[in-house]
Amino acid sequence: MSLTHDSPLNIEQIERNFCEIAPALTEAEAIFESNRCLYCYDAPCTRACPTHIDVPSFIKKIASGNLTGSARVIFDANPIGATCARVCPVDVLCEGACVEKTLMAKPIEIGRLQRYATDAVMSRGRNVFKVGAGNDKTIGIVGSGPAGLSCATYLARLGYAVTIYERKSLPGGLDTYGMAEYKMSQVVSVEEAKMVERLGVEFKLNTKIGHDISFDQLQEKHDAVFLGVGLGATTRLNIPGEDLPGVYDALDFIERIKTREWLDVPIARTVAVIGAGNTAIDVVTQARRLGAERVLMIYRRTEREMSAYKYEYELAKQDAVEFWWLTAPVEILADEKNRAAALRCVRMEFGEPDSTGRRSVQSVPNSEIDIPCEMVIKALGQKKMRELLGGISGVELDAVGCVVVNEHTMQTGNEKFFAGGDCVNGGREAVDAAQTGKLAAQGIHRFLFGEQVELAGARLPFVEKIAGELPAAAPAAYDGPATPAVDLGVKSYGGPER
Amino acid sequence: MADLSVNFAGIKSPNPFWLASAPPTNMGSMIERAFDAGWGGAVWKTLGEPIVNVCSRLASVDNGTSRMMGLNNIELITDRPLDVNLKEIRECKRKYPKHALIISLMVESKREAWHEIAMQVEDTGADGVELNFGCPHGMSERGMGAAMGQVPEYTCMVTEWVKEATRLPVIVKLTPNVTSITPPANAAVKGGADALSLINTINSIIGVDLDTMIPHPNVNGMAAHGGYCGPAVKPIALNMVSELARNENVNVPISGIGGIGTWRDAAEFLLLGATNVQVCTAVMHYGYRIVEDMIDGLSNYLDEKGFASVNEIIGRSVPRVTDWGALDLNYKTVARIDHNKCIQCNLCHIACEDGAHQCIPFTELNGSRYPIVDESECVGCNLCHLVCPVPGCISMVRLDSGNQPLTWRELTSRQ
Ligand SMILES: Cc1cc2nc3c(=O)[nH]c(=O)nc-3n(C[C@H](O)[C@H](O)[C@H](O)COP(=O)(O)OP(=O)(O)OC[C@H]3O[C@@H](n4cnc5c(N)ncnc54)[C@H](O)[C@@H]3O)c2cc1C
Ligand SMILES: Cc1cc2nc3c(=O)[nH]c(=O)nc-3n(C[C@H](O)[C@H](O)[C@H](O)COP(=O)(O)O)c2cc1C
Ligand code: SF4
Repeated sequence: MSLTHDSPLNIEQIERNFCEIAPALTEAEAIFESNRCLYCYDAPCTRACPTHIDVPSFIKKIASGNLTGSARVIFDANPIGATCARVCPVDVLCEGACVEKTLMAKPIEIGRLQRYATDAVMSRGRNVFKVGAGNDKTIGIVGSGPAGLSCATYLARLGYAVTIYERKSLPGGLDTYGMAEYKMSQVVSVEEAKMVERLGVEFKLNTKIGHDISFDQLQEKHDAVFLGVGLGATTRLNIPGEDLPGVYDALDFIERIKTREWLDVPIARTVAVIGAGNTAIDVVTQARRLGAERVLMIYRRTEREMSAYKYEYELAKQDAVEFWWLTAPVEILADEKNRAAALRCVRMEFGEPDSTGRRSVQSVPNSEIDIPCEMVIKALGQKKMRELLGGISGVELDAVGCVVVNEHTMQTGNEKFFAGGDCVNGGREAVDAAQTGKLAAQGIHRFLFGEQVELAGARLPFVEKIAGELPAAAPAAYDGPATPAVDLGVKSYGGPER
Repeated sequence: MADLSVNFAGIKSPNPFWLASAPPTNMGSMIERAFDAGWGGAVWKTLGEPIVNVCSRLASVDNGTSRMMGLNNIELITDRPLDVNLKEIRECKRKYPKHALIISLMVESKREAWHEIAMQVEDTGADGVELNFGCPHGMSERGMGAAMGQVPEYTCMVTEWVKEATRLPVIVKLTPNVTSITPPANAAVKGGADALSLINTINSIIGVDLDTMIPHPNVNGMAAHGGYCGPAVKPIALNMVSELARNENVNVPISGIGGIGTWRDAAEFLLLGATNVQVCTAVMHYGYRIVEDMIDGLSNYLDEKGFASVNEIIGRSVPRVTDWGALDLNYKTVARIDHNKCIQCNLCHIACEDGAHQCIPFTELNGSRYPIVDESECVGCNLCHLVCPVPGCISMVRLDSGNQPLTWRELTSRQ
């Protein structure tokens, strides 16, 4: 069942609330910003980017008016460069590393410049790469998220016949179904998938592997298989009332928003969101934008332990979200119509640190409190794909359920199977998934042809160590009495003992 | 992808981008790295009798946030022994047979000295020689470099000497420190030069340290004039290149030098008649890697313009250069401001008010003050269009029909 639309806002206002948080740069801004770049050699931004895009190179190309070349530099290292331009947590990646930050207190807006260059070629429906000379090998890719699209792009460029199997009706994985709508709408990731299609990659949508086609069949049909299936549904709370109408899974809620069919998106006056990761932030900020009057973020620990990035947490604060720290849900209560009406919580307090140093929390006796709310959204993180992947012979899962791979080649215990993205790293960023797709393409090529290709940004560019030593620091000017020597009890190193 | 290879006076290179004779071409290992980075050719740092350099050799002017708009140097020719250079040239050419390797030369004004060095270079397998008649400092005080390039008779004579001694193509590198570039160019051609290259650096003093009141670069409290190069000199170089490209007596290819840093700069030199280009300052600033975007940008430009080869654009703009007296006096343009784009910085207003013809007054529009062009007063000088920071905001619009062109020459011959 779906809740009736219960927002005090009209559609125009909601549209406005969901306009892009980081809009496109104008030409004048792009020229100014690109010229501001120092064009560092061995740039810290390139090191910080998980796909190692040659950032100064693409920015200088914007400055020289060579946008085609700029986009090529970006897509060469990151086939989902247009998505990443919008959704990457740049302050902890490239922009965080930008030395400009220390020079001018404001890093170069790398993400937005990346968008400027990629928009320029995508708006013209252009592909910047050609398909490689064909070989006789075929590869099956399960999942069309960042990992799958990235792997497919490189393999197509190397000349493989690639088929992507995707259970959903649109390609793109969480880029299409999960990104906060104010960061990016579906059009971008779908268009990016079209670039992959134009490289000759076949998309079999609405096709669930393990159901419509078995992994055995896949293995027989293809010379190698790449698993980029991501993670599963949101983890359950395991408390009474969890299946009441009015209780939602974060991913389902976001997926409804992504359609932009605002009248079909459930919303209520008071919404309680359980969890404090980046997904929980995406949920609270979007619930506010839909018109919820009170949005509560319920978390059993405190802001110090929350896994959301600072930038994301700030967004939630700006949206006047209420944070209920040290609060844990124990039951969801129903009204007379048997719909969610309140969240029963207990207060938590810290106990002794455990062996890992993390302090455990325990409930405070008799601290129950009922919070009236018509909607509860669970944002506790996603389950691993144990059932789906556990059955593939030879493919090994670790204790938490992540696929075990060789970190250089992304090959699993079954030599024909390679894997990457969230199903391997347990859930990180889109850009990390893109990088593993690239490494897997190299691994597959090596497995099938014995040849090691070097794809752009697969490794950090190698910079020679500077020979010699730094000159000894000049003594600091000091015109008072000589500083008395202090025996620190540490022997100075005088070379090997004779 | 368009074909970027060029044939310059019989010297083939995979692209038109050469390194100019300067620090980036100081030795074999450097040139080899440059070729690996994508440079199509290189002119070896000028060989001659080894010299002793001074410390503190470079100084520059910055422009706003951008560094090294113009660079000035008082460095001399190579300070490495001749036999070491010759050995490395031989080795480099053997390793990179498809790249152009040209050797710049400067020796004292004696026939035997030029004969000897030309033959030694030919023996290494290098593709050509470039005669450095341009260095404007230091070497000129010893009767070499610009001292030779400034006297057409010497230019002709030494070119002949070198031609006597070698079958290699001989490029003469001209100095811009002359009143007209034509006489030395004609003299070089007369002496048998197979090609010309220009410009070498321009006489300059870059500035003065306001604290010490010693000009830059300071050599133990004293300074001497140096040679100016970098982005700031490009327009001067473009003018000289186009002047020679228009000159019928100059029937040899031209290598364009001066302020080239991007594919755009290079394309402009090619359009104005250069067959290839040489780069120094931009590489000293950013390293050999800049050639990647030069190649990429130029080839994307050629593709987008529908040219299959870079040769198709060489000299394409030369017929568009004429004398002032042949320009159309009836061509009439005025500035127009797009008020949807205007950010009201009012730079156009003040520029026209104080620097042109007082025809951009303010007008009240919906409660805001906007600059508006008085078209009846506008002389179409372009200044407001040049200072406006918003792309596409001020455009120069043509008003005449183009039906009755009239040049100053026609006008005065009628009278
Ligand atoms: C709510 C949310 C917000 C996020 N926001 C950001 C952000 O702002 N920035 C950022 O960088 N990262 C963000 N992430 C993380 C990012 O989305 C993931 O790291 C990334 O999408 C992982 O890529 P992937 O290719 O491994 O998996 P996914 O993107 O999950 O793609 C897996 C694909 O496989 C398909 N699939 C699964 N099983 C099968 C099967 N059996 N048969 C066929 N197809 C199958 C799925 O339908 C899906 O399309 C967010 C994640 C979430 C959950
Ligand atoms: C430090 C320095 C040293 C140079 N040495 C030489 C030289 O030995 N021989 C020569 O022909 N030109 C020499 N030049 C001039 C360059 O080859 C070139 O003609 C000039 O710098 C203009 O090009 P640019 O604007 O790209 O720098 C030198 C320039 C510089 C900056
Ligand atoms: S660049 Fe600096 S370090 Fe290098 S030679 Fe010149 S002064 Fe010395």
